[in-house]
Order: sequence, then structure tokens, then C-alpha cells
Amino acid sequence: MLEQLSWKVGGLQGEGVESTGETFAVALNRRGYYVYSFRQFSSRIKGGHSNDKVRVSLKQFRTSTDYTDVLLAFDQDTIDLEAGEVRNGGVVIADEKFNPTAPDHVHLFTVPLTRIAEDCGSAIMKNMVSLGASAAVLGLPIETFTEVVEERFHRKGQKVVDQNIEAIRLGYEFIKDAGGSNLEFALKPADGTRRLFMMGNDALALGALAAGARVMPAYPITPASDVMEYLIKKFPKVGGVVVQTEDEIAAMNMTIGAAYGGARSFTATSGPGLALMMEAIGLAGMTEMPVVIIDTQRGGPSTGLPTKQEQSDLFSGLFGTHGEIPKIVLFPTTPEDCFYSMGEAFNLADKYQCPVIVLTDLQLSLSKQTTEPFQLDKVTIDRGSIATADMLAQERPASGEEFKRYLLTDTGISPRAFPGTRGGIHKVTGVEHSEDGRPSEAVTNRKNMMEKRLNKFQGIELPGSLTRTGDTNPQVAILGMGANIGAIEEACERLREEGITAAHVQLRTLLPFPVQTLQQALSDAKYVVVVENNATGQLRHLLSHFGVEHPQISSCLKYDGLAFLPTDIQQFVKGMF
Amino acid sequence: MATVTVKDFRNDVRPNWCPGCGDFSVQASIQRALASLGKQPHEVAVISGIGCSGRISGYINAYGFHGVHGRALPVAQGLKLANRDLTVIAAGGDGDGFAIGLNHFMHSVRRNMDVTYIVMDNHIYGLTKGQHSPTSAHGFTAKTTPTGNIENAVVPAQLALGAGIDFLAQGFSSDVNQLVSLIEQAIQHKGFSLVNVFSPCVTYNKVNTYDFFRENIVNLDNLDGYDSTSRVEAMKTVIETEGLCTGLIYRNDNRQDFEDQIPGYLTTPIAQQNLQLSPEIFAENLKEFA
Repeated sequence: MLEQLSWKVGGLQGEGVESTGETFAVALNRRGYYVYSFRQFSSRIKGGHSNDKVRVSLKQFRTSTDYTDVLLAFDQDTIDLEAGEVRNGGVVIADEKFNPTAPDHVHLFTVPLTRIAEDCGSAIMKNMVSLGASAAVLGLPIETFTEVVEERFHRKGQKVVDQNIEAIRLGYEFIKDAGGSNLEFALKPADGTRRLFMMGNDALALGALAAGARVMPAYPITPASDVMEYLIKKFPKVGGVVVQTEDEIAAMNMTIGAAYGGARSFTATSGPGLALMMEAIGLAGMTEMPVVIIDTQRGGPSTGLPTKQEQSDLFSGLFGTHGEIPKIVLFPTTPEDCFYSMGEAFNLADKYQCPVIVLTDLQLSLSKQTTEPFQLDKVTIDRGSIATADMLAQERPASGEEFKRYLLTDTGISPRAFPGTRGGIHKVTGVEHSEDGRPSEAVTNRKNMMEKRLNKFQGIELPGSLTRTGDTNPQVAILGMGANIGAIEEACERLREEGITAAHVQLRTLLPFPVQTLQQALSDAKYVVVVENNATGQLRHLLSHFGVEHPQISSCLKYDGLAFLPTDIQQFVKGMF
Repeated sequence: MATVTVKDFRNDVRPNWCPGCGDFSVQASIQRALASLGKQPHEVAVISGIGCSGRISGYINAYGFHGVHGRALPVAQGLKLANRDLTVIAAGGDGDGFAIGLNHFMHSVRRNMDVTYIVMDNHIYGLTKGQHSPTSAHGFTAKTTPTGNIENAVVPAQLALGAGIDFLAQGFSSDVNQLVSLIEQAIQHKGFSLVNVFSPCVTYNKVNTYDFFRENIVNLDNLDGYDSTSRVEAMKTVIETEGLCTGLIYRNDNRQDFEDQIPGYLTTPIAQQNLQLSPEIFAENLKEFA
């Protein structure tokens, strides 16, 4: 029996590929398996090949496999495009409707998916028939899927539930009768532990909600829109508001306005939107407004590859605005990390009164994976330095002076007074300003204010800026970020099996860049490989820029729109020895 | 609490406007309107963008935010969402509002948040020293139209009506009494309001002068039987006067503003709410992913 396998469904976009994959993944997650699901799709609603690959295992993996065990094909295109990666002796389940043909190295099961579905009541139930067929191949009890179906269709009435269950059962029996249950693709049973199953975007939205974010102006863009769509559903219960703005410029400025007003506010976008937000991000830096910006990176430049994986906004995230401002840039790695990073991001924004950019990448944002339950009590809300009316009444007897919003302090942090606070009236301006926020071009003031803003992080490394796992004094240390955690982890395991000692360093904070910790984390390795989804090696450049040194650094790059597979990294490293 | 007077809205900053600039009257009118409505300075925020007139947020004793060019309205709306108890006034020039910021203007009208937008419309770019603006007339000569403007001017009132505005007024810097009254009504109107003010630039615009406006403006206050509740009459009047009319052009108080329609939006401002999420709601949310 197998401890892990890979199942893939493919077909024309819009014909149920996504829902079939989703139901399959959710059902297996509920049985206690670890599931990792990654969807390939195009920037269109109908038509074009799309597929959803689901990896099921008894231990956690954070990426897809390089092969498929079972391929479910809704059209011949899927077989032509995807059967090549099906293992020798693997299974293809295909709809009889299109008279499928498949290469010799696979077992082809031609199943009347559509016909059975029609007999049960409707052709759209072919996804249920195919789930039943899959259950039979994988040796899963039929209840794996029928339970999910009962819950999902409960509201549509018993008849619908019964029809769908019948469709599953008929698909299951067809494969059993055809001998498809004896092919050694049976999965070892899982322990039934209930965990969460979600994508990074879900976790970001939940994290924002838990962190007290209550205003989210945003403009729809792939792959970020899920965050606003989720919160539009959830905010009414907590008095929050999502505004779909006219563009990203408005989104960013509105986020700033709400932060100024005292709300925890944020926006979410992808590369093109981030570019439009840059001027306003500079304003947030200049006026010391705590705002959080999620950038779910996708293939650039310009419209680029809007539905494909890339990590090419590092420079724009770190250095994008004009002039020089304080900024924090985080890059979580998993849904758990996304959730807790949002809490961290809002606290950091409030503490340091500056923009915080939370980078993700398309693979992290959209791939759904098994996730340990989140703990609300681990999310603390710390609003930083706030001047309340009571404090102001005590501290500032009527002097006639305005509140010094930009008071020069040792830390560079000065208390904020929210509009509406008696005694807190002050000015805010993107023009260089004095302590009370009035425009000032005075030379000494300019120097003081630049240093106030830019020195907030002097010598500071944020806790948890990176993690390191694996061997000490390794032959190779592999440095990565974002969703590449999974491929790197697995590549390290395989390299060890092949006698190459390896460590995995995962960078979580890009600003303030953790120079010392990273230097330390890389220094015992003979070689360093920087793994990143871009063409120019942006992270590699950051090492040089910030002065992290190592005599043997090379870049393992991927910019074809696809996610890294363990084998990409494994082969790259092997090629070095 | 002592009664507020216009003095409470004054600070010690001297505007860097040229002597004779129309914006002085707009500033004074806003201050008078706020005092006569009995607002407390700390309950008011003035949000502005870039341009000579954009400096106005620094010249009124209230909370003030001076952002980037053309984006006063998004900032003002964000602020209003965070604290719906505030009186939020956005202010700026015709370049800020109808060139770089036009997109935001049209959508702010459509969105209809309770924000008052006051535009100081001088038909010229002053701060950058004399380029034509989106409200400069065809044929107008300026540094960037040396042989005369070959583009047509936008008519702000027409745009506003076109976008479905519920409160539209125009004033003139020389008629402070009318302007104060219009600003008062605009602030009191629940929803988005525009007060477009003809506010001459005495330095760079030698065409659209005080005399020009005095001679060409039609004051609706003097028009017998003008019905400011009729959108059709408003549009007709704006077209007939080519936008050169002052007074209350259109008002509709029968539509809910944005805030009142946000599902679950509370009367307590977001800025004053307890942000801690209840464990029950959190558990309910997580269940959907199990």
C-alpha cells in the first residue's frame, strides 16, 4: 500500500475540473491525509486546458510531485498533454464520450462518465462518477466522497444528494468490475485527524481578520482577489468594510486614509497593482502611516503571466517608491505562516509606523494544502504608540501649540493621535515637515526627519527572519523563499539519500534584511544555492547589496511560469558536484 | 463646552497664496461654515492634494492631511470609513480634481460617501507656474498652449451630474455669503457633495479674472422659480450657462449614503471599536476549512 500518491484531473477550463479537484482534495483531507493541491489554469473563464494536481500523503509535503499516479481525463487534450508524466503502469481514467486513446505505459480505463451521470439525472454529475472511479482505484471507502457530498448538497434536498451518491457508487463499481482496484494504487489508511485545508490567500484573509483589520480598499487582480472576496463575506459580522475601488491608486490612498483615521487597514494586489501604488506607499512612508500591503506575486513584467508562478517583485517591493522611506517586507512560506504573518505585519506597522509589504507568490497564494488549525490566542494586537484624549489632556496643558505628531525621539517613533481626538490636532503632509507636521524645508529639520524615519530599524533584525533546517557543515546550503519551501525541503532529502549533505535556509523577512543571521546561517556551507522564481536572481543580488558574503554562491532560477519541483533543485545541485 | 466661533478654526499659519488669490475667501468660508454649524475643530478633518489650493488643509485649525497629487478623495473616503463621526472635507484645485484625480472624482460621486468636496477652480495651474488646466477654455493661451488650447474644457458640474451626484453647488470667491451657505448645506447633506468654486488666480490667469466671472456667471439665487430638486433642470441650466452658474444647482436627499448601506457597518466608528475577534466567530470561520 502507498504512503503517498499523485492524482490529477484535467479538462477544458470551466467544465468542472476545479470542483472535481476540490471535492477530491477536501474529502481526503478529512480522512486525515496531508493534501497539496495545485491548479494550472489560464487567464480566461471558459476553454483552454486546465488541471488540478492533488498530492496525497501520510506526512506533510509542501509541493507537487514530478509524476502522476492517476490521471482523470475529461478530454483527449488532457491525455495528450499530461499522460507523459504518468508513471509506468499508472492509471488514466477517461470519459468514453471522446473515444480516448492513451500511451502504452499506462492502464487506460474508459468509463462512461457522462452516460452514467445522465442516467443518474444530469451530465454535470460526471465529476461524481469520476470521484467514485478514483475511490475504487485508490482503495478508498466510498464514504470518503459520499459524506462530503451529503454535506455539500444537503441544502439542495435529499433527491439531489441521492442522485450524486448514486453517481459516485456507479463510478466506483464500474472500475471494480473492470479490475481497476487491483493495481497497487491503494493508499494506506490515514489516522482521521481533522486539519484545515486552505490556500495561502485564505490564511492571509483570516490573519487580517484576527489581527483586527477592518478596512480593506482593493482592486481585483489575480491572484490576490480571494482575499477581498473572503473578507466581503466575513466583515459584516465584525463591522468591517471592503471597498472595491476604481483602481489600485485609490486603494492605496484609501488604505492610508483609513490608517490615518485609526483603523487597521490594508490592501492586497499583485505586481501591476503594486506598481500603481508606489507613489502612495511613499506617502505612507513619509507620513509614517501604518499600512499593510499584500503583494501576491505572479509572472511579470506588464500583464506577463497572470496565472503563473513567479517571485520577481522583490526589488519593487523593497525599493519601489521614489525617495527613501522606512519599510518592512515579509515573505511567509506556508498558510500557517501567512496567517500569523498578518498579525505580525499589523503589529509591526503600528509599532514602526511605516508600510509593511507582505509578499507571497502565486503558488503559495493559490495552492491549497493541509494546514494545522490556527490559534487565535497566539495573535496579539498591539497598536503601538497612541496618544489618547485623556493622555493629551494630562500631558499638554493648554499651551496653544499643536500636537507634535512627528516629535523627534531616540527611537524615531512618535505617538499618533487619531483625528477626532481632542487636543491632538496636527497636520500631516507628504511635504517634508517639522515636528508638528507643518511643511518645512529647513536644512537641519530635513536631516533630522530623514534620520528619524530611516533609522527606525538601525541595527534591528526582526525575530524569526529565517529558519534553517538540515545538516550542519553541509556541502550545500539552499536558500529559498515563499512557496519554494516544499521543493527545497524535498530536494534536500533526496540529496542526502544520494550522499550530499544539505541545509535549507528559508528567508521570511526581506526588510530589515537579516544580514547577521543570514551570514551565520550560510557560513558553514561549502556551497550556497539561491533558489528563486525569477530570471535575474533578485535575492542573490540582495545578498550582495546587504553585504552577506560567501565564496561559492550560485543561482538556481526558474522563470517559465512553473513552480519548482524537487527534481529541478536536486538536478541543479548534483550538477555542481 | 463653549460655543465655537470662526476663530477656533484659525491657526497661525500664513497661507503662501498670492495677495488677491480667490482661495483666501474659500478658506474663510469653510471656517465660517464650520463655526456656524457648531463643529468642534477636533471633529473636523480637511484632506487635500497638491497645488496652491491643496495647501488649504494646513491653514484651518482642524485635523489636516496633505497627500499626493490628485488623491485627496480616496484618502478622505478612507478616513471617513475609519471614523464615520468625523466631518470630512476634501479640498483642492481643478487640476487635482479634474485632471489627475478625475477618475476618483467620478467614482466618489458614484460611491456616495458622506464627504464634502470643495474645488477651487481657477482654470489654470498656479503652483507649476501657468500651464493650462482641464477647465481652461478652448483657445486659452498658457505656457503649454502658446498658440491657444486645442482641447476642450471639462464642465465639472456636468461631469458631476453625469456621474449621478446628489448635492451639487457652485460658488464664487467674491460672494462669500453665498459660499458659506453652500458649504454649510454641503456638509449637512448626507452623502457626497461637490462645491465647485470659481476662485481666480490673479498671477497666471489673465482671462478668467474676478471681472470675467462677475460678468459671465448666472447666479441661480436670482433666478425665479429655479428648481434645484430637478436633475433635468439642473443639467439644462449647466449646459445653457456652459457651467458658469452659481448657487445650489441640484440636491437630492432621498438616497442613502454609502456608509448606511455597508452590511454590518456599526454606528460606533471603526477607530473606536474593540478589534479583538471573538473566539466563536473565529472557530466558525475555521470550520469552513475543515
